[in-house]
Amino acid sequence: MSSTDTHRTIEAVWRIESAKLIAALARMVRDVGLAEELAQDGLVAALKQWPESGVPEKPGAWLMAVAKHRALDLLRRDKLIERKHEELGRELQTAVSQFDLSLDEDVGDDLLRLIFISCHPVLPFEGRVALTLRLLGGLTTQEIARAFLVPEATIAQRIVRAKRTLSEAGVPFEVPKAEEREQRLSAVLEVIYLIFNEGYSATAGDDWMRPELCKDALRLGRILVGLAPSQPEVHGLVALMEIQASRSRARVGPSGEPILLLDQNRALWDRLLIGRGLAALKRAEELGGQKGWYALQAALAACHARREPRRRRIGVALRPCTPCWPKSRRRRLWS
Amino acid sequence: MRFMIMIKADKNTEAGVLPGEKLLTDMGKYNEELVNAGVMLAGEGLQPSSKGARVHFSKGKYTVVDGPFAETKELIAGFWIWQVKSKEEAIEWVKRCPNPLDGDFDIEIRQVFEVDDFGPAATPEVREQEARLRRESEKLQKK
Repeated sequence: MSSTDTHRTIEAVWRIESAKLIAALARMVRDVGLAEELAQDGLVAALKQWPESGVPEKPGAWLMAVAKHRALDLLRRDKLIERKHEELGRELQTAVSQFDLSLDEDVGDDLLRLIFISCHPVLPFEGRVALTLRLLGGLTTQEIARAFLVPEATIAQRIVRAKRTLSEAGVPFEVPKAEEREQRLSAVLEVIYLIFNEGYSATAGDDWMRPELCKDALRLGRILVGLAPSQPEVHGLVALMEIQASRSRARVGPSGEPILLLDQNRALWDRLLIGRGLAALKRAEELGGQKGWYALQAALAACHARREPRRRRIGVALRPCTPCWPKSRRRRLWS
Repeated sequence: MRFMIMIKADKNTEAGVLPGEKLLTDMGKYNEELVNAGVMLAGEGLQPSSKGARVHFSKGKYTVVDGPFAETKELIAGFWIWQVKSKEEAIEWVKRCPNPLDGDFDIEIRQVFEVDDFGPAATPEVREQEARLRRESEKLQKK
């Protein structure tokens, strides 16, 4: 395998494994910034060793072993330094002894915690977006910068500040309690949908990383469905994104001009995505979530996808919930 | 990027031998992993070629031939369609596939054709028109 091939493979492995890796480490060291650093140590080691030794059979486990090793080193060193501070010492002791439980814990729980913390309300909105794309999307700082048309340094700063804020605010690495969960979940959905919209609004001639954001958002949404399958609005959001994404080939004309929904060539609609969107919408409805904001938008979008653009059907969908729609939501009814 | 992943057939799949419990469980978990990773778009198992047919076209005429077909190596037993960022990512996922058949087997990876999301790059004039239309439509939405 050439060195380039190995690098591309390492990138692919990182895309598959990094979020789970960071999530598990974050639970262990209880600091998201440190968790990412440790995971990156694993990546650096892989970049050094795998071109020589070949890609290991279980690359995820390999990366985790390196990161854990580094984490233990750090904890032991900290433990020595902090020996005088009893309370901290006790906490570190617990953390060290909990290490080996890590592989038995549900990966899903860790990822869910990571998503919630990345979208924490204490962070400025743009910080949540950058952090989510970085930690959960596996995008590099440069990729995020290109996608959002801002300098790389800006994104780097947003991420650094976000990690610091989480650390200083002492935000716990846990799934939000029942009374907060709806609001916190709403914050997560908002971040994912913003990423999708950023991609959806990309114009012809833009950096290809921009429309790619739609796929990143869809992937995050689908991951969230796996982690929180009982939440109707999660299915609603995914339904909306699948159906909107299904139209991406039909939305722009040959000279880059936008084509409104009712004028689009339906033969260019991606029926695979429409099918997925309708299935997700059905799940949202079965969970009793038909009046959720995303589910409603998805139902509207689905009307067109089902080739029944009857105004009455749209009117019926709109009627029950208009007062609930926050004015801040961007609407994408016409494309 | 989208890839179609094809599990090649072998004498067992062609004989309609159903997978054992362990394989069913492992495959179930694998499919769940793919779904939970957000990369799975579609996937199906295919029945043996004995239940299928081929249509051969030649000089404007067609002939229909019922299965089974002899060249097992050229047949497929199942497929997936995945959304990933590179061929290497597809390969990494395939490596994690549980062994579906006894002995040697092949899984083929083919990239799906996708039309560009956008047509040829827009001229500055067209872009300005686009931006203006977008602003106007946003004004409409705020009303």
